[in-house]
Amino acid sequence: MVIFSVYLVNKAGGLIYQYDNYVPRAEAEKTFSFPLDLVLKHHDEKVVVSFGQRDGIRVGHAVLSINGVDVIGKNTAEGKDILEYLKDASNYPVSIRFGRARLSSNEKLMLASMFHSLFAIGSQLSPDAGSSGIEMLETDVFKLHCFQTLTGIKFIVLADPRQSGIDALLRKIYEIYSDFALKNPFYSLEMPIRCELFDQNLKSALEIAEKAGNFGAGS
Amino acid sequence: MTVHNLYIFDRNGNCLFYNEWNRKKQAGISKDEEFKLMYGMLFSIRSFVSKMSPLDMKEGFLSFQTSKYRLHYYETPSGLKFVLNTDLSVSNARDTLQHIYSNLYVEHIVKNPVCVLGHGLDSELFSSRLDAFIRALPYYSPRAA
Repeated sequence: MVIFSVYLVNKAGGLIYQYDNYVPRAEAEKTFSFPLDLVLKHHDEKVVVSFGQRDGIRVGHAVLSINGVDVIGKNTAEGKDILEYLKDASNYPVSIRFGRARLSSNEKLMLASMFHSLFAIGSQLSPDAGSSGIEMLETDVFKLHCFQTLTGIKFIVLADPRQSGIDALLRKIYEIYSDFALKNPFYSLEMPIRCELFDQNLKSALEIAEKAGNFGAGS
Repeated sequence: MTVHNLYIFDRNGNCLFYNEWNRKKQAGISKDEEFKLMYGMLFSIRSFVSKMSPLDMKEGFLSFQTSKYRLHYYETPSGLKFVLNTDLSVSNARDTLQHIYSNLYVEHIVKNPVCVLGHGLDSELFSSRLDAFIRALPYYSPRAA
């Protein structure tokens, strides 16, 4: 029962705070000989598996490191193109680590803005009058909870589907935001939050929520 | 406890079927635009979810809820998308949507030699059976709560 991450989005849809509490990294490192039995392709500045799922290496997993050295985008650490490198038989046997690609901060910004728009469309397409935007989005591995305040700030929490007490947690994060970000005289509204006390208190609130499974007394 | 409406989209984004039972508020745009917006929203949600997900997913996006309604989603391996809007009391309509696909769509549309896949579904038998099925659901009541 775990809380994966917390995102804060301002009125305009820009990401102002992001915290990854628990990032499960399922990675698989294997040694391969020529020819490579996986089909790799370029996708979004990364090299991903397109076909050939086996042994913990799934379609969509990205190449994370070659022979123990982390790759940089589409190239190895020395700057050679990965696909070219792997076509050359003299480079084998080679040890490659595959795993889910980590989100870069740019990607997180884009995803937060994407959600901001989806939230609004969810409200527009409502078959019933007076609907809010998307408050909870469910998939088979995580649940995304969103709380929008009256001032338009969205608090987004990604958690395990079975985790309870997230509504109270969202309200608690709002309290922490107003106590340690808004009351901070050096913090400007709608800007990225860089307040130490906010970080500390958020972390402890998440710990309490995970342990208790049910946060907050009363209401 | 009620079902608001149902959309069926094909893999190219064309809306093959739409029916409403208890819709209280129209979207304020034409039906064509609404279908495009709905498909676009689902496409974006699927892409969003696959990037955001901390673990590898098997089934992907299942449903979302707002303060007033819940949208249930089911996609077949052939790219056919079934979208059902219900009120908040319905927690899981995946089996319903799967039933609509395998017992109604496949039986009455795919196996119908006259129906051209990819265009609007104009099989009356399909519409009437679907209507009867929805009305017979345990969580459907003609007077919305």
